[in-house]
This record gives sequence, structure tokens and C-alpha cells, in this order.
Amino acid sequence: MESMLEQQFQATVDADGRIEPRDWMPEGYRRTLVRQIAQHAHSEIIGMQPEGNWITRAPSLRRKTILVAKVQDEAGHGLYLYGAAETLGVDREELLDLLHQGRQKYSTIFNYPTTSWADVAAIGWLVDGAAIMNQVPLTRCSYGPYARAMVRVCKEESFHQRQGFEAMTVLARGTDVQRRMAQDALDRWWWPALMMFGPSDTDSPNSARSMAWGVKRFSNDELRQRFVDATVPQAEYLGLTVPDPDLRLEGGHHVSGEIDWSEFTTVMGGNGPCNRERLAARVAAHDEGGWVRDAAQAYAAKRAGRAVPAAA
Amino acid sequence: MTSQGDRPVEHPAARQPQPLWEVFVRSRRGLSHTHVGSLHAPDSHMALRNARDLFTRRQEGVSIWVVAAADVVASSPDEKDAFFDPAGDKPYRHPTFYDVPEGLTHL
Amino acid sequence: MTTGAPTSTAGSDRDLAVGADTAVAADTAAYALRLGDDALVLGQRLCEWAATSPQIEEDVALLNLALDQLGAARSLLTLAGELEGAGRDEDDLAYLRDEPDWTNALLMELEGGDFGRTMARLLLVAAWQLPLYAALATSADDGIAGVAGKAVKEVAYHLDHARSWVVRLGDGTEESHRRVQAGLDAVWPYAAELFERDALTDRLVARGVAADPALLEPQWRATVEDVLAEATLDVPQTAWHPTGGRSGAHTTSFGYLLAELQHLHRSHPGASW
Repeated sequence: MESMLEQQFQATVDADGRIEPRDWMPEGYRRTLVRQIAQHAHSEIIGMQPEGNWITRAPSLRRKTILVAKVQDEAGHGLYLYGAAETLGVDREELLDLLHQGRQKYSTIFNYPTTSWADVAAIGWLVDGAAIMNQVPLTRCSYGPYARAMVRVCKEESFHQRQGFEAMTVLARGTDVQRRMAQDALDRWWWPALMMFGPSDTDSPNSARSMAWGVKRFSNDELRQRFVDATVPQAEYLGLTVPDPDLRLEGGHHVSGEIDWSEFTTVMGGNGPCNRERLAARVAAHDEGGWVRDAAQAYAAKRAGRAVPAAA
Repeated sequence: MTSQGDRPVEHPAARQPQPLWEVFVRSRRGLSHTHVGSLHAPDSHMALRNARDLFTRRQEGVSIWVVAAADVVASSPDEKDAFFDPAGDKPYRHPTFYDVPEGLTHL
Repeated sequence: MTTGAPTSTAGSDRDLAVGADTAVAADTAAYALRLGDDALVLGQRLCEWAATSPQIEEDVALLNLALDQLGAARSLLTLAGELEGAGRDEDDLAYLRDEPDWTNALLMELEGGDFGRTMARLLLVAAWQLPLYAALATSADDGIAGVAGKAVKEVAYHLDHARSWVVRLGDGTEESHRRVQAGLDAVWPYAAELFERDALTDRLVARGVAADPALLEPQWRATVEDVLAEATLDVPQTAWHPTGGRSGAHTTSFGYLLAELQHLHRSHPGASW
């Protein structure tokens, strides 16, 4: 019986159909999706910190407003994604516990510090740019709730990248100090952005299975190459130098030099510049807010109690 | 601080998850409410407000429904044959049966 | 509201009228600046909750409120700069004025404290901004009327949000009750300043440009006391009424707020962002 259900499941996926919450699905599919969607959600929430850091210091009211809207969107994206994960039978509280205990991860990119205003612009340009490369294919992922959440996210994300690139343009055309600030940000964010796509799929054991399940559409290397091809001309337009002496044009593509995967491993393993700080801030917000959440619940319980009419 | 009637009751370790709500939005007149996602809130008052912030970004004129997820009654895909087959052989009920000329909307 | 003085085109009457118009413009600029400073300073305090709210839904909500206040601030500062006629734009006003030149009410600049204190402060501010903007929607100054017409709808939502939370915290748990009462007690003394008249408001009320601050108090009090009753909270009693924001005499924390707000902009004189 299960093999018939499995065949039905795979046939749906192969026909580019959607699996919905109450459909039968292999346990491995469900577990993989819970982890992937949850880690995506965690990334959005943690990602609020490096940029949120600059809201109160933004150098113009317009930039302040744009940054607030962007960080607000990220909170919203986190909520859409937690909602999608919950359709698979988990609870947001469980997922947050796993994050807080370090048992579920978030994108390594958010473990780097934002030491100048130009970092805010660079994050919009490079990090959101890379995220879009990953996210657009996910709008056609086999799991319905995840695909639909991604459609919503992608609509909002394009503004994020455009405002980042616009902010970089202003810096690159600004004072000498601003130009140096922009180049310095590119120097520090370029390689971490490339690492966002993950290691080469030959080193990624779960890739083949994710592809068969319609959860992954393109390989890490393919997406990374697309990103580099799109972004190098943008850096040229800005008059900035990509910090890769081995970058070359080959067969119509901008081919990168070797990525230092040891840095990625270090950051993934918890020893990047900001891992401890990011998680501590997240845990602190959660813990310090406990009394508020408790109050809301107590109030609701009391109302429910009061709504019960007295016995005749 | 003087006492004011009912004192608030302490709810010690009961850190349970807040109830789940399904959200439906009608983005403008003439359309139906469509399901846009779900969220957690302690009660329907907050659920409605959270839904407004999360799913409509303060657009005016939209209508929002929130329904406690626990109240949604669903049909099971396993029962599909009995529920859906009679309509399955009547393709003219499905919008995909009709060719829509290029460039026309609202069909 | 009383209507503005009629203008005349005859001789020295015209000079008088022009002089009066200049004076009205200067007064209106100062009034718009007060409202803009209020919104900007409150917006800045709300922004501080990004990534630190008690739950993610509240990050979304508080940043929403911040966006509304910042939007009103930008419109009002821009208007003030135009009326002043000295070429200052919204950023010049936000980033290049020193502490004594800021005219926000002290209530806006108070540190947010915990969530209870933030919601208590938001309640007091929103309950005042609602009748204020409702009155200003028919201001004799079109610029102010325009901003107020938009803001009144937004602020109704701010009041609703503050109300929802003050009630839930007041009538929630023992701890939440204690915390929100403490927050309310801390911010309450600063509310009196909102209803103070001075020479500027007297002149502008006579011209139908400004709302009479004292006349806003009854509706404010009725709204606030209604919420506090529902929240099972005590209305604080105090004989202390700190004031001075309208004339640039601010609290200790304001200097730090301004330093954080302005530092980057001031470090790059003349730069565009």
C-alpha cells in the first residue's frame, strides 16, 4: 500500500504537481522540508540583526525609512516560512527551541558584522541578490505551502536588492571616503555571498535526493555561476573591483577563483565573527519577551473562561 | 497599588504555543477571499490585527477573515474518488478546459 | 476653529498683510517643526525594537508604527523647511540641529524601557495624536491639513494597538500587571506638557492653523482612563509635571538619542546618501 502511495507521490512530483499538507509523503521528504523551511525562516529572523543595527544611525530619513521597511519585510518573511513549516506538523516554538539550542542553523552570511553603512547597501545588493537566485526556483518547489510562501517572498525581495544597488551607486559616485567605504564593503561581502550557495554538489550528499523530490531545481554551482555572471557587470557599472584576482571570462561566463571553503566550515561550525552574538541576541529577545507572551495567553484564557455562561 | 476587583491570575510554567489561525484576504471588491497563510495569536482580536500587518501591509479596503485552524474541517485526499470523481468527467466545470484568447484578463 | 485674518491689497495695509503672512509662515514653520520633531523622536524610539520585540509579530507591528511616524515626520519637517524659506530640507533639520533647537515634547524622547513602558507611552501619545490630527485636518494651513488628514487614520491604528496591549498586560498575569503599571507611572508625569499653551499656539489658534492644546485634554483623558479601567490599572497621581521640550530643554537621554541619530550624517558633511 505504501509503495502505491509512494508511486502516486513521485508521479505527482515528476509531473511538476504540488504536494499539499494532507497528502501522503515519504518521512524523509517531510523531515528534509521541515529542516530546510525552518532554517530559511531562521535566516530571515537572524538577518534582521546585521541591518537592524543601522536603522537608528541611517544617514538620511529616506534611507532610514527604506531600511525599516526592509527589516520589517524580513520579519514577515520569517513568519510566512514558519507558517509553511508548521503545515508539516511541527510547531514554531519547537523550531525556535532548535534554533536557540544551535541544533538548527541559519544562513552563514548573517554571521558577519556590519561595520559601516556601506555594508547595509552591500547586503541589499549581494546578499539579497544571491537569495533571489535561490528563491525564484523555490517558487516552483514541489511542496505547495513552501512554493506559495516563496512567491510572496520573491515579490517583496526584488525591492530589497534594488534599494541596495541604488544605495551602492550613490556611494560609488560620492565622496572619496564614500567610494572607499563601498569598495571595502564589497571586499568583505563578496566571498561570503558566493558561499551562500553552499559547497559544490559533489560535496553535498543530499542534493540528488532533493532534486528527485522537486525541492531543489538547480545545483549549487549552477546558481552560484548565475549569480557571478549577473553581479560582475554590476560591479563594473559601479566602478568597483571584485576582490578576486583570478576572476576571468571563459566561455561566456565570469569564472571565479578558488573559494576558501575552510572559512565556510569555520563559520558553519559556530566560529564566525558574530555567531555567538547573533544567537545570544535572538535568545535574549525571546527570553525577555516571555512575560509578554504569557500575559497575552493569560488574558485570552480569562476571556474564554468568562465567556462560559453560568450554569442554570 | 490598590486592589481592583479580580486580581490577575498567575499562569506559571504554562508556556504553550499560541493558537494557530488561517487567514483569508479579499484584496478588492469583486474577488473572493483567498487563503494567504497562517499565523499564531492568543485570540481573534490580535489574530486579525497581526493578519493586517503581515498580509496586507496596511492597504486600505481589504477584507480579512481569520479562522481558528482547529475549526477548519477538511476533506481527506484518500476519499478523493467518492468526493470528486463525479465532477472529474465533467471537464467543462474546470476553468482550464477553455482556451482564453491571449491578452484578455478577468477570465 | 476661528478663521484667519482677512488680507487687504491697499497700500500700507498690503505691507502689513505681507508682514503678517511672513509672521504666520514663521509661526507655522515652528509649529510644523514641533509636530515633526514629536513624530521623528517617537519613530526613532520605536525603531529600537527591531529584532528585539517579544515576538516576531510585534517586530512587524512596531516597525509599522515606526514607518507611520517617520512618514509624518518627513512630511512635517519638509513643510517646516519650506515655510521657513531658508533652504533647509528634512535631512538638514533632522541631522544638523543641536539639542536646544529640538522642539519635541519630552514624552516622545523617554527611553522605551520594557515592552510595558513602551506600550504605556504609546497609549498616552496616540490618545493625544488622534484628537490633535483630527482637529488639524481642518487647519487653515493646507500643508498641515494634508499631513493631518493622512495621519489621523494611521494614529487610530496606533491607539488600537496600544490599547490592545495595555489591556492584555494590565489584565494578564501578576508580573505583566506590575510591569505595565510601573511603566505607566514612569511616563505619566510627562503627559501634562502635551496640553500646555504658549504664545506660539495662542497666535496660531487665533488664525485657525493650530489646535488648542488644552482643548485636547478632555478627550485624551476620557480615552486613557477608559483603557486603564479595562486594563485593571490605576490612573497615576502625580504633582510633578516636567516640561521644557518645546523650548529645547530636554532630558538626559535625548543627547544620546541625537548622537546616535546624527553621527554618521554629520561625519560626512555635504555627502549624499
